[in-house]
Amino acid sequence: MKQLKKLAIAASLAAALAGGLAAPQAFAQAKEQYFPILVYRTGAYAPNGVPWANGFIDYLKLVNAKGGINGVKISFEECETGYATDRGVECYERMKGKNGGATMFQPLSTGITFALTEKAPNDKIPIITAGYGRSESQNGAVFGWNFPLIGTYWMGADVLVQHIAKKEGGFDKLKGKKITLVYHDSPYGKEPIALLQERAKMHGFDLSLLPVAHPGVEQKATWLQIRQNKPDYVFLWGWGVMNSTALKEAQATGFPREKMYGVWWAGAEPDVKDVGEGAKGYNALAMQHGAEPNAKVVKDVLAMVHGKGQGTGPKEEVGQVLYMRGLISAMLSVEGVKKAQERYGKGKVMTGEQTRWGLENINLDQKTLDAMGFGGVMRPVQTSCLDHMGSAWARIHTWDGKKWNFTSDWYQGDEKVLRPLVMLTSGKYAEEKKIKPRTPEDCKK
Amino acid sequence: MSFFIETLLGGLMTGMLYALVALGFVLIYKASGVFNFAQGAMVLFAALAMARFSEWIPGWLGIESLFLANLIAIVLTVVVMFVVAWLVERLALRHLVNQNEATLLMATLGITYVLDGVGQTIFGSDIYKIDVGMPKDPVIMLESMFEGGVLINKEDFIAAAIAAILVAALTLFFQKTPTGRALRAVADDHQAALSVGIPLDRIWVIVWCVAGITALVAGIIWGSKLGVQFSLSTVALRALPVVILGGLTSVPGAIIGGLIIGVGEKLSEVYLGHYVGGGIEIWFAYMLALVFLLFRPQGLFGEKIIDRV
Repeated sequence: MKQLKKLAIAASLAAALAGGLAAPQAFAQAKEQYFPILVYRTGAYAPNGVPWANGFIDYLKLVNAKGGINGVKISFEECETGYATDRGVECYERMKGKNGGATMFQPLSTGITFALTEKAPNDKIPIITAGYGRSESQNGAVFGWNFPLIGTYWMGADVLVQHIAKKEGGFDKLKGKKITLVYHDSPYGKEPIALLQERAKMHGFDLSLLPVAHPGVEQKATWLQIRQNKPDYVFLWGWGVMNSTALKEAQATGFPREKMYGVWWAGAEPDVKDVGEGAKGYNALAMQHGAEPNAKVVKDVLAMVHGKGQGTGPKEEVGQVLYMRGLISAMLSVEGVKKAQERYGKGKVMTGEQTRWGLENINLDQKTLDAMGFGGVMRPVQTSCLDHMGSAWARIHTWDGKKWNFTSDWYQGDEKVLRPLVMLTSGKYAEEKKIKPRTPEDCKK
Repeated sequence: MSFFIETLLGGLMTGMLYALVALGFVLIYKASGVFNFAQGAMVLFAALAMARFSEWIPGWLGIESLFLANLIAIVLTVVVMFVVAWLVERLALRHLVNQNEATLLMATLGITYVLDGVGQTIFGSDIYKIDVGMPKDPVIMLESMFEGGVLINKEDFIAAAIAAILVAALTLFFQKTPTGRALRAVADDHQAALSVGIPLDRIWVIVWCVAGITALVAGIIWGSKLGVQFSLSTVALRALPVVILGGLTSVPGAIIGGLIIGVGEKLSEVYLGHYVGGGIEIWFAYMLALVFLLFRPQGLFGEKIIDRV
């Protein structure tokens, strides 16, 4: 009897555990558009990964609440990567063929993006990397399956230099200035170096590079070097706890936060909220959007998703910077599918290959964006077969001790600087991997 | 020169904090022969509990004073750490008496994952704040001697002082109290200690409680500096080279080891880093420890083990 009781308890526990784990995960059914979602809700980068994932999923729920993509409901499933490349690849392999095939992947990690870049063409699945990934993958002729939509790190770094130049009174005033890049010692952190070196050559500023090892909690030596070198500006290319640690060390060594500029992954609430007043004056790139509590799409999510008790995370997070990044990433994927349906049949489930066509033909003008609830949040996006970024706008926002405020006008990445670098680097990649670049004629197929 | 002094001081202060975490390893190893891989997870767990209690208590009890809220949070966290210690003894260690060291190490690896998971499930996985009123702004000293002066981080200085006091107290506890002697006896030989009437289960609970308090102090200091989040558990990995260097059985070894590693990694990063692309301080500490191992496998102050055959 005792044995039986034990067995029953064990079975109930197992069932509860299995149910608990599976319940929020898969909602896949036939005739649904399957979105696998690579997330990190655990580990060192979870504070930043969680709001992104919640924003992404809430938007998919919003689309479903509005009837789906021309009637096609979205099914989605999470896979935990912990920001580790090996786990990301494992998730990709496990999910790519499920439920009729993955629509696309968004790895939320430049390391995982590097690993998947060679797999995606064989599997014919687009890899969307909105605001991260390989900068040269903007060239759709070579990187046919990568979509660094609305921002690459080269574009971001370019905007930062433009902003500094404007502050100083022109590019010619940058000569002799000292800029230090404090970066996460990973493919992500190294991405802007090529562009910054190019700009340093053009304008004669002195660029010094200070890598910080994962996860970035030990930066004392880094900031002592900054104190000694006395740079005019520090660019911060960090992620997760590295960002708040950098701000705390800047405070501890007396470096003015007003002279610090973070990339858009170093400019969200988790990066500054436990530094509070100590981060006052710190600036970061806004990849078009910032914190957008008043956007119409945010109000829609609150009413149609959270209002019905179906919100993925806490209500207070809706509209925060990383939440919006996840939400916009989901929106771009959905728009890719919607566009593909225009060609391959409205109300039908799209394959990865068909979605690729859709992503290459996104055309969201301001009127459309406003109607979708993104008015004031972002600017128009227009992709093509050869331009997989589609938009190069960014602005600066500044932490006032309590919230982020926009403190600059819009900037656009300078194509005269970016394009040659993109063509040169992607050309080398094509040569190395023996890829025949697509021509405009290939794109019509 | 002032830059060298700043780097040296920064290294010494960081080293003192490493010593604090390393102390947790040494305590448990000295008293039970267990290499406690879960020390980092205990630091995270204690810091999470402290951060969340200090956040929740004003709401629960209607207290406005930060000092009082922190005080109650510390007491509650100590209770939580005692419960953790009791559970570890009850559920894991009790069943592993007289097992070899590898088995015990594996058990603590399991405890690491349980504490990491349970801690984040109960207290959340966001970044939380511990505000115990530590000063954040630097002071510049010796400006008349050096151009630009020497920067001292007051927070690091206070943290190092707290760590030093705790280390001194624990050294006295181990050397001068009957319980301390009993702990050392248990470490030497479980069965021999049992045979002379030392209650093994009680001793293990005591030592895990002491390690829990050490973890709480480390958690408060590191949490106040870095914010409370998952990466705190990796701070313990920084203490591993410290115990290798100082010796697993020596409290003074943990201190000296901590200081050597702290200074070594900062100076290496600043003066050697740019030759190899930077970011070397983490692996440099391990390399330093490995070089030491070649010459003194027992560490600087560890007991030399001679096995008769």
